[in-house]
Amino acid sequence: MEEFYKLSIKEKLKGLKESAFSSLELTESYLQRIKKVDKKINSFITVLEDKAIESARESDKRYKEGSALPLDGIPIAHKDIFCTEGILTTCGSKMLSNFVSPYSSTVVKNFSANGSVILGKTNMDEFAMGSSNETSYFGAVNNPWKRNYVPGGSSGGSAACVSAGLASGATATDTGGSIRQPAALCGLTGIKPTYGRVSRYGMIAFASSLDQGGVLTKSAEDAAYMLKAMSGHDPRDSTSLNVDVPDFVDEINEDIKGLRIGLPKQFFSMNLPNYVEKSIDESIKIFEKLGAQVEDVDLPHIDLSLPIYYVIAPAECSANLSRYDGVKFGYRCEDPNNLDDLYMRTREEGFGAEVKRRILIGTYALSAGYYDAYYLKAQKCRRLVADDFSKAFKSVDFILSPTAPDTSFSLGDKTSDPVEMYKQDIFTIPANLAGLPGISFPCGEHQGLPLGVQLVADNLNESKLLRMAHYFQLNTDWHEAWPEIE
Amino acid sequence: MTLKNKDLEQIAYLARININKKSFPSLKKELESILELVAKMDSVNTESVVPMSHPLDISQPLRKDEVTEKDDRKNLQKNAPLKKAGLFMVPKVIDEDA
Amino acid sequence: MSNWEAVIGLEVHVQLATKSKIFSGASTLFGSPPNTQACNIDLGMPGVLPVLNKEVLKMAIKFGLAINASINSPTQFARKNYFYPDLPKGYQISQLDSPIVEGGFLQIEIGGEKPKKIGITRAHLEEDAGKSLHEEFENHSGIDLNRAGTPLLEIVSEPELNTSEEAVSYLKKIHSIIRHLEISDGNMAEGSMRCDANVSVRKKGSDELGTRTETKNVNSFRFVEKAINHEIKRQIKILESGEKITQETRLYDSQLDETRSMRSKEFANDYRYFPEPDLLPVVLDKKFIESVKSEMPELSEEKKNRLITEYKLSDYDADVLSVDPNLSKYFEEVVTNSSNPKLAANWVMGDLSAFLNKDNLSILDTRVDATNLGTLLARIEDSTISGKIAKEVFEEMWLSEKGPDQIIEEKGLKQVTDSTEIEKVIDQVFEENPTQLQQYKSGKEKLFGFFVGQVMKVSRGKANPEQVNKLLKKRLEE
Repeated sequence: MEEFYKLSIKEKLKGLKESAFSSLELTESYLQRIKKVDKKINSFITVLEDKAIESARESDKRYKEGSALPLDGIPIAHKDIFCTEGILTTCGSKMLSNFVSPYSSTVVKNFSANGSVILGKTNMDEFAMGSSNETSYFGAVNNPWKRNYVPGGSSGGSAACVSAGLASGATATDTGGSIRQPAALCGLTGIKPTYGRVSRYGMIAFASSLDQGGVLTKSAEDAAYMLKAMSGHDPRDSTSLNVDVPDFVDEINEDIKGLRIGLPKQFFSMNLPNYVEKSIDESIKIFEKLGAQVEDVDLPHIDLSLPIYYVIAPAECSANLSRYDGVKFGYRCEDPNNLDDLYMRTREEGFGAEVKRRILIGTYALSAGYYDAYYLKAQKCRRLVADDFSKAFKSVDFILSPTAPDTSFSLGDKTSDPVEMYKQDIFTIPANLAGLPGISFPCGEHQGLPLGVQLVADNLNESKLLRMAHYFQLNTDWHEAWPEIE
Repeated sequence: MTLKNKDLEQIAYLARININKKSFPSLKKELESILELVAKMDSVNTESVVPMSHPLDISQPLRKDEVTEKDDRKNLQKNAPLKKAGLFMVPKVIDEDA
Repeated sequence: MSNWEAVIGLEVHVQLATKSKIFSGASTLFGSPPNTQACNIDLGMPGVLPVLNKEVLKMAIKFGLAINASINSPTQFARKNYFYPDLPKGYQISQLDSPIVEGGFLQIEIGGEKPKKIGITRAHLEEDAGKSLHEEFENHSGIDLNRAGTPLLEIVSEPELNTSEEAVSYLKKIHSIIRHLEISDGNMAEGSMRCDANVSVRKKGSDELGTRTETKNVNSFRFVEKAINHEIKRQIKILESGEKITQETRLYDSQLDETRSMRSKEFANDYRYFPEPDLLPVVLDKKFIESVKSEMPELSEEKKNRLITEYKLSDYDADVLSVDPNLSKYFEEVVTNSSNPKLAANWVMGDLSAFLNKDNLSILDTRVDATNLGTLLARIEDSTISGKIAKEVFEEMWLSEKGPDQIIEEKGLKQVTDSTEIEKVIDQVFEENPTQLQQYKSGKEKLFGFFVGQVMKVSRGKANPEQVNKLLKKRLEE
């Protein structure tokens, strides 16, 4: 079939089960499309052609034997931040440009245990630091909706590949918006689960208290299938939640009547482009029509989120990235004169500008004499933001806002001013600070570029978020649009 | 918020990142703009607030004292830039500084 | 020298005797080929995460309870950031705020002086680093990360020690506690127990602390003593010449017996501690602490007090026996077979220890087990043999590993208590020594001892000395 990629995961599973097509056919069609299209997009760092075909064959065998797994034969892609045993795992950095992981992350193992076929590893901002995918050592990624426009970041490769129909869905990670912002900019559904829902073992750390794995898919229903496969308690991750994983797929059809949506005053007093405001207003109307109640809420400390984030994330990253020293793995500078020279040049040459900037800021914020003013202060402010949400969730089920302040922007537009780039995540960061689940889904377009709306819910309410997005998608068709790739 | 050259040198050394002197002015400007953004936190009084290190309010799970890992040196050293006789090699360590 | 007083604080690193590492399931066994016991977590591979070993907590709690300290709950881990090739992640997972053990003390005793209380500020958990091997390679060092991730308990004393002798005594006390609790083998040669000494000096009578130096790498009791003495002398010399002490880290060189300054860097170290985001606060509830307490062996202090009240031992005897748990265990087994604890203590600390020392054996390898020694002592008690004969029997027991009764029987060493038998011997002695008998009778009473000796000699020591005394007296006065 020419347009396999347009089928939903549910439809693909049905076709495979009924032998309408095989996983091999499905996989080969994706591989061909990648070959044809990805030159223009650059969404993959590594394509695993042989391995994908091999696992597709195994899937077909299981279908024949009647022992098919929940996601058997579904071709997906992994963000190159997830360690894959025996496969290049770069994290978008020169530092790991030669790193073949000796072990697999729990997320990768979970997908394999569910029978998924891995097409490849997707491009990303270096060590997940960026909002445009322009910090990748492996080159910028094009937004499939418009050439020379960014796909968002840091999961830009995962977003672009799903948006271009190069995988059924892709794993991604979100530290300050890295799933939701690219979802908005590429017209996808992206969910960041509750902190601790998805194992971080083998997911290369950026900021450990904020990082959380999730998925990028065309629809909320596809996301439900993927999230179900990847979630669950992992004894190898001390911050993994030991709670049951609901059947997101089953629960997606439950009613949303009576659910309450809160609109934070602080977000709606910002000076946003009128097309962003309009798309949000229309989304609110749709939810009201579907029986949800809408009211204003107050998140008085929300405007501190960006400052808090730019202390905590760099501080944690400054320690997390110390292991890249040219000794045990990864890049090492040529002919070091002495030990310090080995460290200083390896890290100068192996890291890109944004990563170095954040390491330096984090080092500064933790250094003697500044800890209290920066790090401790940020931790206290973080508590205030989290408390704001707890209070709000006493009266509403969701917080609704735009996902990003605008549509995608052109390559190079914001690279000269880091703080301008950071503002991309102004709506997404608060959920990371509080550890809350958030979802973004398409709600409009402007000049051919998608717009997204975000819902944030209380802890462990991913099911409710998926339901809201699903009902929205049953009544709209933004998520069904496909870009025409020039 | 202004950074002195010496501050930047000290931070860069703590982080073990070599920085070309020529890029000092632009880097300083970028870092200062980030610090300016961050300074917004000063607007709230947080005297009585308990700092939040983790988004989860649960206790650390514990592992049984069991040896679960086997010798996997060959596999784990595949990525080592320089190794000899099973050791990771670095330029001579002159003084015990740890 | 006499105008000066040293102020010493010790930081003792103790490797905890777990099977697996503090944050990974790799083995902690000493002496394996390089990097064969370093798993992906110990190597700090991208993406790995730590999970805490429960046994490590239990061991730290035992130590805390043994030194009368409080156990913090929740206790929190932190990252200590610095670059060094034996530190794979570029940070060490350690503790800063809320260490697991806080505010304890122990007592040291030196040469019969009254015990001195030494405060222990804190004891916290951390992971050990790997090792850098410098010798074998030209221009390079080799890194072995087998030791990386081995659990360490860092025990920090108050600066309340004033002499190297006190420091060694403190260290020996820590050593005895950790061995007794079985939380570490305390093997200093293998690095299971390592010590850094903070030393400063001040004028006697002064309340102010002088500038201190930290001396690293002092890894035997003897070196601790020497390094501290050296450092005290060095500092006094500097101060007396009117110069100032530089606050610095120094390294003890045991071959040259001196401390020397470690190269100081252009920039000061700044460890940038912050709470470890990969590990959550550890809640240690009362129930858990109680269950750990119930698993603990008797502490040496407790044991000493019990030996005094239960067996009426002297303070000195109880002290010697309680220091080594195996020795006190042996002693108590001896006592179950004999009814005289004082006698048992004398034998264990005297003859037995002398034989062990002579053959360079530990109490665990003794050739005379506690049951046999107990039986031997019982034979003294029931007058089967005399104390003197017992020493002969003991030597034979040591050499032949036979039981005491068998030896007494075989060698016919049974004490003669039958007075007719003894009288016969006395008759013989009188007969053979008529001159001495005459002298005694004419007033030279000092010769009584001579007759006792002769009787014992003729009876080959088997005659009961008390009876010999009694009967001789009677006969000589006739």
